[in-house]
Formats: sequence, C-alpha cells, structure tokens
Amino acid sequence: MPTLTIDGNEVTVENGTTVLQACEVAGIEVPRFCYHERLSIAGNCRMCLVEMEKAPKLVASCAMPAGDGMVIHTNTEKVKKAREGVMEFLLINHPLDCPICDQGGECDLQDQSMAYGIGQQRYDENRRSVREKNMGPLIKTEMTRCIHCTRCVRFAEEVAGVPDLGAINRGENTEIMTYLEHSLASEMSGNVVDLCPVGALTSKPYAFSARPWELKHTETIDVHDAVGSNIRIDVRGREVMRALPRVHEDVNEEWISDKTRHAVDGLKYRRLDQPYVRVNGELQPASWQDAFAAIAAKTSGLSGEKMAAFVGDMQDMESMYALKQLMTSLGSKNIECRQDGANLDASERASYLFNSGIAGIDEADLILLVGTNPRLEAAVLNARILENVRARGLKVASIGAEADLTYDVEHLGEDASVLAELAAGKGDIFKALQAAEKPMLIVGQGALAREDGAVILKLARDLADKAGMVSEHWNGFNVLHTAAARVGGLDLGLVAENGQNINSLLGRAEAGEIEFVYLLGADEFDVSKLKDSFVVYQGTHGDAAVSVADVILPGAAYTEKDGTYINTEGRVQKAVKANVPPGDAREDWTILRALSEVVGHVLPFDTAAELNEKLVNELHLVDVVDVKPQAAWGDFGVEGDVAAGALISPVTDFYQTNPIARASKTMAACSAEFVQVGVALEEATGTHG
Amino acid sequence: MNMTTEQTSETFVFTSENLEWAKGQIAKYPEGRQASAVMPLLHQAQKQNGGWLPMSAIDYIADMLEMPKMRVYEVASFYSMYNLKPIGKHLIEVCTTTPCWLRGSDDVVSAIREELGIGLGETTEDGEFTVLEVECQGACVNAPVLVYEEGFYEDLDGKSTKEIIEAIKSGAKPACGSRVGRKSSEPAAGLTSLNVQGGDA
Repeated sequence: MPTLTIDGNEVTVENGTTVLQACEVAGIEVPRFCYHERLSIAGNCRMCLVEMEKAPKLVASCAMPAGDGMVIHTNTEKVKKAREGVMEFLLINHPLDCPICDQGGECDLQDQSMAYGIGQQRYDENRRSVREKNMGPLIKTEMTRCIHCTRCVRFAEEVAGVPDLGAINRGENTEIMTYLEHSLASEMSGNVVDLCPVGALTSKPYAFSARPWELKHTETIDVHDAVGSNIRIDVRGREVMRALPRVHEDVNEEWISDKTRHAVDGLKYRRLDQPYVRVNGELQPASWQDAFAAIAAKTSGLSGEKMAAFVGDMQDMESMYALKQLMTSLGSKNIECRQDGANLDASERASYLFNSGIAGIDEADLILLVGTNPRLEAAVLNARILENVRARGLKVASIGAEADLTYDVEHLGEDASVLAELAAGKGDIFKALQAAEKPMLIVGQGALAREDGAVILKLARDLADKAGMVSEHWNGFNVLHTAAARVGGLDLGLVAENGQNINSLLGRAEAGEIEFVYLLGADEFDVSKLKDSFVVYQGTHGDAAVSVADVILPGAAYTEKDGTYINTEGRVQKAVKANVPPGDAREDWTILRALSEVVGHVLPFDTAAELNEKLVNELHLVDVVDVKPQAAWGDFGVEGDVAAGALISPVTDFYQTNPIARASKTMAACSAEFVQVGVALEEATGTHG
Repeated sequence: MNMTTEQTSETFVFTSENLEWAKGQIAKYPEGRQASAVMPLLHQAQKQNGGWLPMSAIDYIADMLEMPKMRVYEVASFYSMYNLKPIGKHLIEVCTTTPCWLRGSDDVVSAIREELGIGLGETTEDGEFTVLEVECQGACVNAPVLVYEEGFYEDLDGKSTKEIIEAIKSGAKPACGSRVGRKSSEPAAGLTSLNVQGGDA
C-alpha cells in the first residue's frame, strides 16, 4: 500500500494503482483523453502529465505506477505549461467545427481545452484532413476530428472482442479504421461513441437531431434483454432521442448493447395509439368504452376455464400483477409468462435465477454454457465473460450449437446427451467442475424451451449438485433469461396450472377449448394458432399478434411508465417514466384497472401507490430494490430421457427480438448489415452501399 | 488508402520453400508468441510477390500467426518498407533526409525525373521503374545515397545517378558503392591519418 504526497496531501492507495488514480483518490482532477478506467493503458495522449519530484521530466500519470514516497505536483507552472502545449498540439489538426459537431456540449476535448488550453492558435500551416470511414449503420465517422487516443481500438479488442479496429499508417498519417472498412460487427459497437472523447465517432441514427442541453434525462432500466442494464433515457419534448448507459458495477458496468442503445427509435414507429375493435373482420378505430364493452360482451358468462392470458417479454411487474388479479377474478388460472415454452418451474426460485450473479463472473474460474449464446442473448454479460477470459484466463466450455462468442470456448457437443453424461459424473469437464473453486453453469432458454426442457433442467441441477457447484457461499447454477419480464412473471407465478405451457394452451385454443385470450404485449409465438379465438391485444406496437386481435388496447412502452422489473439475477430494479405514451395509449395497469370495472370485477386499487402496496403484500421481494437475492437451493426438474437434436439458442437475429426492435429502422438496418449479410449481398442494388 | 480489386482479389500462399522458411522463423519464438514473426514473414511475402504486399498476403499471414487481420495490417502500413501497392520491376529508393538533402539529393531526384519521367512515389507507365522516397538509410557519410536491389549507391550527383539508371535500363546491375572513387567511407579528400604503412610501432 504505497503512500504518496500529491499537492501536499498524503494519500495511501492500493497496490497497483497508477498516479492518475491516486490523484483521483486525493480528489484532484487530472485531464486525460486516452486513459479509460475500463480499458488497458495506452499513454499516448500525454494530457495527464504531472510533475514528479526527482524525475527529470514530467510523467504520464496514467501509466506511472504509484510508488511509496512519491511526491507529485499537479498544479505547478510546469504542469500548466505542459497541458497547454499538449492541448495546442492536439488542436493542430482538429477542426474548429464545434458548432456543427454532434459531440458539441458533451465533448472532452472542448471541455478540456476550455479548462486547460491557452484559448488561441499559433499554427499557420495546412491542417490535415482525413477521409470518412465506414463503420456500419450505427457509427458515424468524422475522422479529421480524431486525436488518436485509440480508446475505440482498445474497446473493440478488449471489451467487444472484435479486434477489427486499428490505427493504420503512422505519425501524421495515422488513421483509425476497421479492417477493409467493414462495418464493426459487434453487438456492443455503440459504446465506442460514448468512449470517443471527441466528435470523431458519433451516433449515426442520432446525427444532428439534438443538442445535449436540450434533453431531459431520466435514469431508468432497459428491458431489451434480461440483464436489466441501467440506462439513461434522453427525451426532447415527448420524443425519446437516445438511450445511454449508466454505471452499475454489478450489472452492466458502463456498457450497453446496441439493441438497448439504438432500438429506441422503434418507440416512434408502428405504435398503437388508439383502441381498435374488429368489426366484420376488419379492425376499426374505437373508443375505450366500445373496446371494453366488446371485451365484456365476450367474457360475460364465459367460464374461466375457457380463458387464457399470455404475458410478453417486456412487461413490468405492476401490469403483470394487475393482469393476474383480473384473470383470477374472472376465474381463470391459465396465465402464462413463458412465451417461448421454457420448462421453468415457478415454485423454486433458485431454479430460474442467475444465482451467481452477473458480478459472480468476476470470481468464477470455470463456466459451462448449456444451450445458450450469451453474445446474442445478453451481450453485456458476454462482454463480462470476455473481460475475465482476457484478464484472468477464465475457462469456458459449452454444450449446444457452436457459435463465435468472441473468446475461446471448449465445445463439448451439441446434444443434450452430453449434459446427461456430465450429470452422470463422466468426462474431464466434470472433474474440472468438481475441482474448480467457483464454477458456473449457465443454462439458456435454448436448452429449456424444448419438449424435454424439464429433463434438461433436472440434469443441469443434478450436475450442479454432484460437481459441488452449490455451497453456502456460492451458487454456480444459473439460468440466463432472454426476456426482461420472465423472472418477474415466474415470481408472480404466471405459469399455467397442471403442467400446461404455452404450446398446450395454444393447442387448446386451436381446438376451441379456449375461446378468450388476453395478450399483454405477447408476440413471440405462433399467433396463427389464435385465429379462431377472441383475442385482446394490449400492447405498444402493431406487431405479430395484432393480425389476430379482435380488440386492441394501446399500452405504454417501457420508457413511458414507472415500473418494476426483475432481471435474470432476481435483482429488482425500478424503471422511471421518461416520456408520455402516444395518443390515447395509457399505462398498462390503468387499462387493466379500467377494464376490470367494465367486466364486473373491480380491481382493488385506484392509484399506483395502492397497486404497489398490494403487489408488495403478495410478493415481498419486490420491496427489496437493487439487491442480488440468495435463493435457497432445492430440487427441481423432471427425471427422464433427453431427446436428440442440438441445443440451439432462441435468438437468431440479435436485432429483431421484440416488438420495439422490430419497429426500429436502425435495428432493421443492423439486421440487414450483420445478420442477413448473404441475403443483402444477393439483393444488392443501387440502394446498397 | 484505396483498395482496388487487384489488391484484394488475388490469393496469396507461400511457396513450399518459403513456407519451410516461415516455419523456421515462427519456431524462433516461444509457444503462443508466434505473432513476433510477423515482420520477417511480411518481408518474405513481399519478396515472393514481386516487391509488394497484397491484402491477401496480409490475410494469409494473419491466419498463419493466428493474429487479427487488422493487427497485421497495422504493422504492414506502419513501416514504409512494406509496399501495399504494386511497384515496378525495378525499385529505386532515394534518401532525402537532411544529410542527403544537404549533399544534393535534390539533384538525384531531378536526374531520375529527367531519366524516367517520374517523381517520388511514382511508377513508370511501362511498369519498369518505381521511385520511392525513403528516410535515412544510415549511410550519411556517403550522402547522397539511393538503394537498388539491397545495394547502396553512394556519393551521387545528377550525372552518376543517370548512369546508374541507364545501366539498369540496359539490364545490368551496376556495381554498388561510392561514385567518387573512395573506398567505403574513407575521407573524400583522401586519408588524413593512418596513411603511412608500417610507421613507428
């Protein structure tokens, strides 16, 4: 633990700390461009120079390890002059186009030149200009502005795991580009825009659309996957302009996936902004009263047995709870939240949580993936695995369809039978799991959303048990969800009774045994099976289920309501309303509350506070916010034989997994660029490139 | 830089001889550090491919060394000794760094222009000659210098430069070394010390 003196104050810091970090501990700001606490140290911008006694020259504080007895000065004339000099050099080739630059107002270079620059130029020669580079549909480049800090290059290699960015040529001719100017094919690529300290890399979809000081910031939670990334929604007027990450060390650190960041334009398109009722086969705009009356006409006298409700992937706890209350009051127990048909058991909480926690990856020494592709299902979580693979040599093995996860994976096989062998205690990996101190088993929906999913769940559980992966202090059994609403739905017990799942309910609907189906934002199943049923669709977008809906009730998307979400770890997080829903659309619980009155079973809450009180009464865990729970270990799953066939991740197109993403033009462009590459090449015409 | 189809489409593989040689280079480095062999391999590929590196060679070497392609491209573009564009049959590299410039490298450059009709960084239309400007070759005592086929031509002026070019044109490889008749880098005006054989012991 070195103790050093910084500007006359003594600070003691951890071993391995740099002088720059020590300055931060001492509360002293050191300007920097290339240094970033989550990336490797480059030391090439020279902005962080400080004076160190007994050193002949100024030292780059970001790259200098703090040593015992060091005496550092950051406020001397020498340091000031050095900063001015570095600033002047950085600005030699940097264009003075701040008024037309999207980074303006939130630019490190702009801010630091105000604080540390000399405020004038002495350079009369020609400036260099650099041709724009293609980096794909999300990143806009203006490479003349680049100061070659190489943060983006290091991010691409170290966090995104896609080392396609690089600095070519040298000296004054250095240019940052992707290999052969291919688009940066990463699910995390948008983060380079946040990292770029200047306006060289900016957000393409957001280009020239707003200034940072015009925006209202709301700190909320993302629902595009089950990670529950902490985000900030920036709104101008009633329009969501962009989503940015917030730091949460245990969840998303400070990264978000491209879907989280860029699917928000989907909130503007294909929105349901008024109720509709199907009359003579055609959807007609209707008033709320007429829509409710149409529903009441169907439900009155109908037995609860003939009703079902499916919950979508992006629902908040409040609306799911209100739906559960409504369906229960109508006498139906067929409420299903497992849209993908995953054989999860709602009775044992440990059986469907990511028990080790996302931060647990930092401690794990061996990970076995079963039927999951975390890169597509939870990109931020995958980046965390990569980080640990790189930093600590974390070993990863997998069972399921082979995929490029950006790190080396020992592929054990595609079939569930491989898991059965392991659960029987055979194979080297079993021994390795046994020997590992903190092994993790990550089971994905690709393994559970099958006919034999419950058997696989049992095998995974038994493997965890047998290999000693569960102890008092460590639970290595993890389920990785793909839907933000899934854990909350299971916590609320939204699982059809008697072992039914969505497929059997759909079968019964096709057979006419179920006549009334209430869809709360549920689109991710074969909706054609509901064409003969009376379908109410309460949701946000004109997506798949609208084609079979008889009544449409326009709801609010995740940015448009306060809500509670539980992520794959079981962590309860509160989303905050950032803007208002379009047109006649309303917050979902209020729709269910209003409908309950018309169908004759008034729900016992009139305000959000009353609803929350009822919800907490039924489910105490909702009240414990932002804590990773410790669920008790138990027995779950079903004994049996596994079927043949590869375990395939449910996510094939990362950019098109939910109604908001499917309505997003940006996501459509990404999908065309990165997923349907073969298709796009065949169809390439004048409109491409 | 502009990627023409020519630069990207063709495939590159080492000849079996070069492959053996490359394996020898890679074997010099410890297991897992094979990327250290990137520079000699790029050089060999450039030699095999007539003096320049197509992108396919960069891809090939990246695969061979299990490196990201971008990392190999960064190395290849960083060093001016790797040519990423096709060059003529004869490559003439002229040093124009300060000592050579002071000693008349401008005359060398203009002599080449008169003789070949091309300037620095250009290739003759018939594809015979490419002239490149290079940084200091470490032969300043014999400035100005040019490099042709790994040989140094020293103490040049316009006339001697033209003679060299003409010789190359006629298919010969002119002899390397000083053009003012001195041996290696002895003083230009003759020896001033150690000039007596067998003096006092």
